Amino acid sequence: MSVTARAVSLAVAFVVVVGLGVFVALFYIGQASSLPTVNYTASGGQVNVVLQEDPGNNTSSAPNWVTYYTQDPTTKDWLHTTLFSVPASTKVNVTIYGFDGCTPLRNNYFSQVQGTIGNTVTVTQFSKNNRPLGFPQTVSLINSWADCSVGHTFAIPAMNLYVPVPSPNAQNSQNNLCSSFPCTPASGGAYALETFSFMSPAHTGTFRWQCLIPCGGGFINGNGGPMQTLGFMAGFMDVVA
Amino acid sequence: MATTDTPATAGTPAEPRHGLRMFLIWFILALAADLVIWFVWYPHIPPGRMSNSAMHQQFDITVLALSAAPVIIAVILYFVYAIVVWRVRPGDDSDGAPIYGNTKVQASWIVGTTLIVLWLFVFGTVELVVPHGAGAGEGPSPIWTPAGLTSAIWTPGGNKVLQVQVIGQQWTWTYRYPQFGGMESTELMLPVNTEVTFHVTSLDVIHSFWAYQLGVKADANPQVDNVAFTTPQALGSFVVRCSELCGIWHGAMFNYGLVEPQTAFQSWASGVQAKEQSDGVLAALPPFALTYDPTVIPQLGKTLTTVIGITGAPGYFYGPANPVQP
Repeated sequence: MSVTARAVSLAVAFVVVVGLGVFVALFYIGQASSLPTVNYTASGGQVNVVLQEDPGNNTSSAPNWVTYYTQDPTTKDWLHTTLFSVPASTKVNVTIYGFDGCTPLRNNYFSQVQGTIGNTVTVTQFSKNNRPLGFPQTVSLINSWADCSVGHTFAIPAMNLYVPVPSPNAQNSQNNLCSSFPCTPASGGAYALETFSFMSPAHTGTFRWQCLIPCGGGFINGNGGPMQTLGFMAGFMDVVA
Repeated sequence: MATTDTPATAGTPAEPRHGLRMFLIWFILALAADLVIWFVWYPHIPPGRMSNSAMHQQFDITVLALSAAPVIIAVILYFVYAIVVWRVRPGDDSDGAPIYGNTKVQASWIVGTTLIVLWLFVFGTVELVVPHGAGAGEGPSPIWTPAGLTSAIWTPGGNKVLQVQVIGQQWTWTYRYPQFGGMESTELMLPVNTEVTFHVTSLDVIHSFWAYQLGVKADANPQVDNVAFTTPQALGSFVVRCSELCGIWHGAMFNYGLVEPQTAFQSWASGVQAKEQSDGVLAALPPFALTYDPTVIPQLGKTLTTVIGITGAPGYFYGPANPVQP
């Protein structure tokens, strides 16, 4: 083989290998960015973020994975995404519908509410008929080891924001969980309604958020599946100008 | 066709003393390089001098550089010298001189490399022993332990070792302080000029606790107490990273620590302890232990999978075979 032919072969092989690497990288980046981002805009210096967590989802690929849904503020539709944006330096009022049952925290330290305004959350339990079970309770701790009380967490570690999200209590969970996803208060599933507020950072940027409970059923120690996948138990909060 | 070299005859210029030449050039270059390393590079070599571990690591890297530079220079110098001095001149088709071995060179090589290896062995061992493991995890039963006294409480100026448990989980670090009621925090605060014993463990997969500026690095394994020592010597912040690939957000698993004056640390730790006591956090935490079995609720003394009442959906801890790994 001539020197020219060998040089051309080497160049082609190099281009193919680099091209494959770029393709794989772009493929994964493209996958991550295919999720829609819900943009929340401020009104009166505040913004209202609405999420729900369900024991399943409406995808065909992994319907039994637990997941978060994010509500579109305009259409009120529940979007299967964990990407949302909020304005900087704004009071963010978060509402989370906890439709999923409980799973204990690995580290019960995160039963403590941290980083919210007042370091508290307000919780109301609802029956599967959408009736409130008692009055709203403002608490700073939801002990996931004391009873069946916590389903997941909403945590933004870079902001030191750690919020345990309650589940329908043990009795209320028995055969009462929503089974059609995304769930709605009127769809017949018991749920816990949690509200809290925090201040978004003054600077723009992307903040990852996650669940700290290993809730990936079917995976070793619950660490896989939805725990490792954007759009389920992992997401980003974009802070925009 | 190659020919054999012709022996030098009377009248041929005497061969210069190549060995002496190379030695002199090497000596000057090596001395210059080591002076630059010692006076210019040494103060800036990471991880800095924030702790005794970091300081020793900085010193170790410098000494290794000081040792390696003359060797590297010798190799490159010989290479360049040979190319310049012994290169084939245009029109010279003769063979090189036949060489059948050189006892002096061989002996010098064996003695030199032996001395270098022995020096590195002795130096490395001393530098592991003196700073008590050099900031690395020594496992649950450390061989080299600091001389400071352990105590159930820690107070400023008390010359007691501060115990800090480092707990890794996907994807965050928390820290427990057994001498402050077992309080836990997401912030790693340390008092200056205090011997610190880190007990590093994990609640799920393998992580690695890397307090960069402190020069501390220890794997965080579930069910294992990996012990590392250091003494912070300067005030300021440092970064804590996970250095073991541990999942989707391994790269984001970092936070910052702070070395404070001893009295400020005491104030902070006592304040957190009091708050966690009043908020019920301490009661919710498991009793302090060197490792934790996350499938067990210590307060109830029962395995999570069998606790009555923990029956949500799924309502129990997912074990290693639940149901199968896909």
